[in-house]
Amino acid sequence: MTNAYFDLFFFGVFPYISLAVFLVMVIYRYRTREFTYSSLSSQLLENQHHFHGMVPFHYGILAVLTGHLVAFLLPQQLLLWNLKPLRLYVLEISTFVCALLSLFGLLNLLVRRGVSPALRKVTLLSDWILFGMLLVQIALGIQIAIFHPWGSSWFAASLTPYLWSLVALSPDLAFVVPMPLLVKAHIVGAFILIAYFPFTRLVHVLVAPVPYLWRKPQVVRWYGSPSNLARGGRLP
Amino acid sequence: MDIRAQISMVFHLDKCIGCHTCSIACKNIWTDRKGTEYMWWNNVETKPGTGYPTRWEDQEQYRGGWELTDGEPSLKSTSKAEVFPNIFHHPAMPSMDDYYEPWTYDYKNLFNAPEGDDQPTARPLSMVSGEPIDVEAGPNWDDDLGGSPIYAANDHNFSALTPQQKAQLFAVERLMMFYFPRICNHCLNPACVAACPSGALYKRGEDGIVLIDQNRCRGWRSCVAACPYKKTFFNWQTGKSEKCILCFPRVETGQAPACFHSCVGRIRYLGVLLYDADRIKEAASSRDEDLIEAQRSLILDPFDPKVVEAARQNGVHDSVIESAQKSPVYKFVKVWKIALPPHLEYRTMPMLFYVPPLAPVMSAKEGDVVSNVSKGLFHDLDEARLPLEYLAKLFGAGDTGKVRFALKKQMAVRVWRRALTVGDIEKSLAERMLREAESSPEEADAIYKMTALCTFNDRFVVPPAHREMAIEMMEDPQEHKQSAGFGFLSAPKRGS
Repeated sequence: MTNAYFDLFFFGVFPYISLAVFLVMVIYRYRTREFTYSSLSSQLLENQHHFHGMVPFHYGILAVLTGHLVAFLLPQQLLLWNLKPLRLYVLEISTFVCALLSLFGLLNLLVRRGVSPALRKVTLLSDWILFGMLLVQIALGIQIAIFHPWGSSWFAASLTPYLWSLVALSPDLAFVVPMPLLVKAHIVGAFILIAYFPFTRLVHVLVAPVPYLWRKPQVVRWYGSPSNLARGGRLP
Repeated sequence: MDIRAQISMVFHLDKCIGCHTCSIACKNIWTDRKGTEYMWWNNVETKPGTGYPTRWEDQEQYRGGWELTDGEPSLKSTSKAEVFPNIFHHPAMPSMDDYYEPWTYDYKNLFNAPEGDDQPTARPLSMVSGEPIDVEAGPNWDDDLGGSPIYAANDHNFSALTPQQKAQLFAVERLMMFYFPRICNHCLNPACVAACPSGALYKRGEDGIVLIDQNRCRGWRSCVAACPYKKTFFNWQTGKSEKCILCFPRVETGQAPACFHSCVGRIRYLGVLLYDADRIKEAASSRDEDLIEAQRSLILDPFDPKVVEAARQNGVHDSVIESAQKSPVYKFVKVWKIALPPHLEYRTMPMLFYVPPLAPVMSAKEGDVVSNVSKGLFHDLDEARLPLEYLAKLFGAGDTGKVRFALKKQMAVRVWRRALTVGDIEKSLAERMLREAESSPEEADAIYKMTALCTFNDRFVVPPAHREMAIEMMEDPQEHKQSAGFGFLSAPKRGS
C-alpha cells in the first residue's frame, strides 16, 4: 500500500525533519546573520491599509495558535470544559471568529502588497510563498471548522495523543491515519510551515521583545564593560 | 553623584546662512544607500515653517517625547502595557508621506530617447518603487519661506501667538525668517532609547552618543514614534531604524562630525559637558517653567575640584575633563547662558543648544519714509518682527524670559563692539547695555571672540576617545588573524 508509506512519511518521519530543520536553521541564522532577524515592517511605506491587515491578522492568528497550544498542553481540562454544550459552542464560535479575523487580515495584507508598486519592491519571493502557505493553511483550518466541527474536543481526544507520541519519539499513527483528508492536509501544512519558518520573515516571532516589560527605560553601554567584553569585546 | 561626559553641541542661529552644506555632507557620507534616501539625519529648516517631517513639532499628531503623569515622566507614544498591541501597527508611526517620497530623474532618456520633434525630458522617478511620480513635496519644500501661505502659516509654534501677532508676521514689510539646522540631539533622557522594545538603542557611556545596534534592532518602529524631534528613521529596505551617529568614527579619531566640519557659516560648536546622571529623572520631572534651569543644573562646572575628583573616580579620563574645561559649549550654555535647548518641554533633555537669532532692526513705513521706531535700548527685542513668544515656544520651553536674556546679551555685545570699532555709539551707553544684560565688557569680548573670530580648534574641542585603553588591549591580538577584516562583515541585506 503506497498510502501506508505516505502516512508513515508525512506523519511519522516528516515532523522530525521539519523540527530539525527549524531548530538548526533558526539557531544558525541567529548566530551568523542576526541582522536579518527583523519584522521587516512596511508601515512606513503605507500606513492606512496596514492597520486593517496587521491588526486582525495578528490578533486572529495568535488566538487560534493559543487554542492549538491549549489543546496540546491541557487536553483533559479542555475536554472537561467542553462537557457543557454551551461552553463548547462559545469556544468553537470564538475561535472560529478569530480564524476568520486572521483570514480577513491576511487577505487585506495580500491586496495591500499587490496593489502598491512600492510595497511590491519590498516583497521578496520568499514572502509571497510564505503568504500563500499561510493562506492555504488558514483556509484549511476554517474548512475543517465548518465540515468537521467540535475540533476542540476531537483534537484534544485524538490528535493530542499523536503529537505527544511524536514528542516521545515513538510516533503512534493510529489516530492520524483515519483522519479526513482536510485534517491530514492541515497537519502536513503545519509541518511544512515549521520547516520553512527559518527561511522567512517569520523569525521575528522568536525575538518578540518580552524583556521590555521589566527593563529600565534608559540603556547605557560602556565600551569596556564586562557585558561588552563577553560579546567578544567588539562594538555592536 | 554619577558624573559622566557628554559630547554636546551649540548651533549659533545668527550665523546660519541656510546653505545646506551640512545636509549634503551628511547625506553623501551616511544616507545615500537604498532605503535611506528619504532620511536627512541633518536637515536645515526655514522658520517659520512646517519642517521635516511636516509639522513634526505637533506632538498631538506625532506623540513624541515625554509627558508628566503623576509627576513622573512617561512616554507619550507607548506605555509598557501598550508595547505589544503597538508592535503590529504603531499608531504614532509617521508614513513616508509625512517626510517625502525620494526621487531621481530618468537621465538615461536624455541619451536614449528616439529622434523626435521635441527635446527629450528626464521625468522624475520614485527611488522607492522606480515608477514615474509627480513630485508634490520635498524635505525642503518651504525653503526661504517658499509657499508661506501653506507652509509657514502652519508652523506649530504659532499656537503661542495671538491672531494679531500672526497677521503682523505675514505682512510683507515685516516678513522675517531664520534657519533652523537640526541633527539628533543625543539627549540625556532619550525617548527613542526608552521606547525601543528590543533594547537596541543605547547611549554610549563614555561620550553620550545615542546609537542603534543594527543587529539588535527588530524593526518594531517605536523609536521613530517616540523621538519628538523625528530624528530616528526607518530604513524601508533593511527593515531597521537608523539615526544620526554624530559621525562617531570621525569623533573617535579627533575630527569634528562632517556637518560641523563642513559648516560654511561656522555656526557649529562641539565640546564636552560633564553632567550628573543621577539627577536626570528629577530634572526631566520639573514643571515646564523650571525645565531650563533644571537642565542647566545637571551640567556641572568642570573647574570645580569636587566635580573633577568625582568625575575621575567615575572613570572619566583626565584628558576628557581637560576637554570639558575648554568646551565652547559649556561657555555658551552655562557661563554666558545664551544657548538654549530646542523644545525642552518634550523632556528628553536635548544636548544640542541653539543661540537664538536676533531679528533685523525694526522699522516702520510711514508714507514714503522708512523710520526706525526704536525707543529704548532693548526696545527692538519686544517689538521685533519675530515675536519673542515664537522664539520662546521653540527654545524657551514657553518662557520668554530665557530667550529675552539671551537676545539682550547678544544685542549688548553688538553695541559694545560697535562702540569699540566704529565709535558712533558712546561707550558709556554700551556699558550700560551690558550691565542691563547682566554682562560685562570682558564677557562681551569673550563672546565676540568665540562668535566672530573662532578658529577650528576653538569651535571643536573633540575629547580623545581613548580606545587604546578601552577594548583593543583586552582583546586577543590573534582574534582576527587570517580573517578578512573586522566587525560587521556581511552586507546589511534585507530579510532572509
